[in-house]
Amino acid sequence: MENKPKVVLTDASRLIIESLVQAGADSFIGYPITPANLLYYYASKRFPFMMPAPDEITTLQWMSGLSAAGRLPVTATSFPGFALMIESVNMAFMMELPMVIVLAQRLGPATGTATCGAQGDLSLLNGMISGGHQLPVLCISDFNDCTSLSAEAVKTAVALRTPVVLLTSKEMVMTSRSIDINELEPIETSCINEYSSEEPYIPYLAGNNLVAEFLHLGNNKHQVRITASTHDNSGILQHSTEEALANTIRLDKKSAHNLESYTHFDYYLEPKADTLVVSYGISAAAAIEACELANEEGKQVSLLISKTLLPVPPVYRDIMSKYKKIVFCEENLNAQYARILFGEFLPSHIQHIGSIGKMISPSDILNELR
Amino acid sequence: MSSFLNSEHLPFCKGCGHDLIAKHTSAALENMGLKPLDVIIVTDIGCHGIIDASFKTHTLHGLHGRSVALGTGVALGKKEDYKKVIVFIGDGGVTIGLQHLLEASRLNIDMTIIIHNNFLYGMTGGQTSGLTPVGFNTTTSPSGNTFAQYDICELAHKAGAAYTSRFVGIGNFTDKLEEAFRVKGCSIVEIFEVCTGYGVKFNPGRKLREIVENSGKNDIVLKNERPSFEAIFKSETSSLFSDFKDTEIKEETSLNEPVRLILSGSAGEGVQSAASILAKLAIQAGYNVTQKGSYPVTVGVGFSTSEIIISPDEIHYHGTTIPDIVIITSTDGLKHNLKKIKSIQAGLLLIDTSLQAPETKANVKHMDFRSYGDKYAALAALMYFAKETRIITVEAVENAIKSSRSAEKFPFEKVKNDFNK
Repeated sequence: MENKPKVVLTDASRLIIESLVQAGADSFIGYPITPANLLYYYASKRFPFMMPAPDEITTLQWMSGLSAAGRLPVTATSFPGFALMIESVNMAFMMELPMVIVLAQRLGPATGTATCGAQGDLSLLNGMISGGHQLPVLCISDFNDCTSLSAEAVKTAVALRTPVVLLTSKEMVMTSRSIDINELEPIETSCINEYSSEEPYIPYLAGNNLVAEFLHLGNNKHQVRITASTHDNSGILQHSTEEALANTIRLDKKSAHNLESYTHFDYYLEPKADTLVVSYGISAAAAIEACELANEEGKQVSLLISKTLLPVPPVYRDIMSKYKKIVFCEENLNAQYARILFGEFLPSHIQHIGSIGKMISPSDILNELR
Repeated sequence: MSSFLNSEHLPFCKGCGHDLIAKHTSAALENMGLKPLDVIIVTDIGCHGIIDASFKTHTLHGLHGRSVALGTGVALGKKEDYKKVIVFIGDGGVTIGLQHLLEASRLNIDMTIIIHNNFLYGMTGGQTSGLTPVGFNTTTSPSGNTFAQYDICELAHKAGAAYTSRFVGIGNFTDKLEEAFRVKGCSIVEIFEVCTGYGVKFNPGRKLREIVENSGKNDIVLKNERPSFEAIFKSETSSLFSDFKDTEIKEETSLNEPVRLILSGSAGEGVQSAASILAKLAIQAGYNVTQKGSYPVTVGVGFSTSEIIISPDEIHYHGTTIPDIVIITSTDGLKHNLKKIKSIQAGLLLIDTSLQAPETKANVKHMDFRSYGDKYAALAALMYFAKETRIITVEAVENAIKSSRSAEKFPFEKVKNDFNK
């Protein structure tokens, strides 16, 4: 039987938190920061367990302890808080602890303007793990993503035994829309399948998918060793033994090796187009409108909305290789995603429509396409 | 051999106090009848941290100075409540991670923190820490430390830890550790040692007991009778969607095109709430709606603007470059929207009578929004908006206000009477 429509006015924060919990996240550590405060507020109502931390370093440390103990923790922050978390995110990455960090971007640098949106943190995310390793970064582009992609973030964190960043912006998490909540896709709950064999448990011994099986600290069956330092498969600190370095190399490859399982994007192909618009996050809606208008005007344009930003899915390269001109729409001054994909010296066929202090509008994009 | 250690030869310099702490920890746990997998040892960076490879317990080895916070996370999340969490940390680690220690004390987290206080940063070359006694020589203070020393036990006690103790790490201190381990809540033990690598070298001939006595840190045991923090994972919480009531949606809409509207006034005057009422009424009228708020960081000061799009069709981009309708209830709102008002090509500006409208192609109508009081200007503006545009009905706005917190004091009749002026 079809559900009767239930159209409501809701902000994106509510959808994100509801989805994260339905997907299996069970604990939230919060520290107030604009524009992520609505996420914190909803989390305090919805998560099975919620604690207010005294700062963002503590936030990530508590989350790591919770995760090592077998829980699925979440936090929500913005750049100033995230900057404090970075060493601990590196730790969680090295320890291979599943968790989700919702990063709501705002205008920087530094404290910038807390109530103004931005897309300025992608370069930081690309280089935040010492050694250049990458953790999965998924980016919400619309209200449907608030539900589906949030759940995917939990699923990916569990499946890859890794921290995942769910990237969004002030203009997403603090904006309200009418939606039919009965039309939202049902969410599958992700559970951590812990190591269950009688054989000795080796915490960092990975299978073919390069993901080591998880077992929580404190279990009664096997000793569990978890460490942030360079370590062998047993989780024992090593200087630079062959086994320990092999473990770090595995860690480097893990996110990319499993990338197909969490590659998400929308591709609107216009068969005769020689221009491709690429966008993500809060700029994607303007890109959709601009491309629709351009196509109505007879100017054929294809559109790629990237939802898995990092590591960069190879399919993006395949798509982009088909176009003579590529226009990146991202709300920053320096074409951050374009530079991640094409390097510091952008080729002449790569263009950027950027902005700070206000969202990129459809007309900003349309003017470039005409 | 100890059932908790996998070797009698631990990875420390000869004579290092860390060796004794590990062995007495092990002995105390044995005395308590615990098994290795009943214990989770959390360490961090510093010489003490290399012990985790020697323990047969669960081990977690984190960042410098963060083992207390990391251990707190484990204590909060542990699935087997009776498991014992023991945190090892050095005096340098306590210095950088002092907040974590105070937080664990304040919350009275159920774990034991053992501070290996050898008066300096041993792993990095013997630098002064926040727990270095005055007069003690280190690599960075070879003529004696001149900086005051934290009294970490007093701090933790005052912050609320159930149990704090300190003593010189010489002789058999198994019983003292066992006493701390048996505490339900946060127990903190500070053990004084001398780093054999740097402490002895820079302080030749000085005895540990003498250094401790001179620093005024006599043996103490401090207690707070407080319940231990209990982490409760609720088995069920209500869906965030359960807040939404069923509302009847009218299918007949009068708009063929989207209307981009700005409602703007001063922070603290209910602009966002009024905008939310309008957005919900537009949904009930069968439209798609977006509501984008804009305001300064400070609460209750400056402008407060809400951009609302009401559309018969799906809305993607929710920004407003050129508005169709602007409603201004105060000077703050006017200043913030001057550029957009000037950009209107064919639209409507409803503006408070106290304000001068800027040059615009909009149809300008002055209305006395503020005469109803600062708190009701935005709501009154909604009623005028309904009357002028008929996108939603005045009756619907009136009913919505009657269901809001402003129901009692809002001057409904006065507003409706003023419609005809």
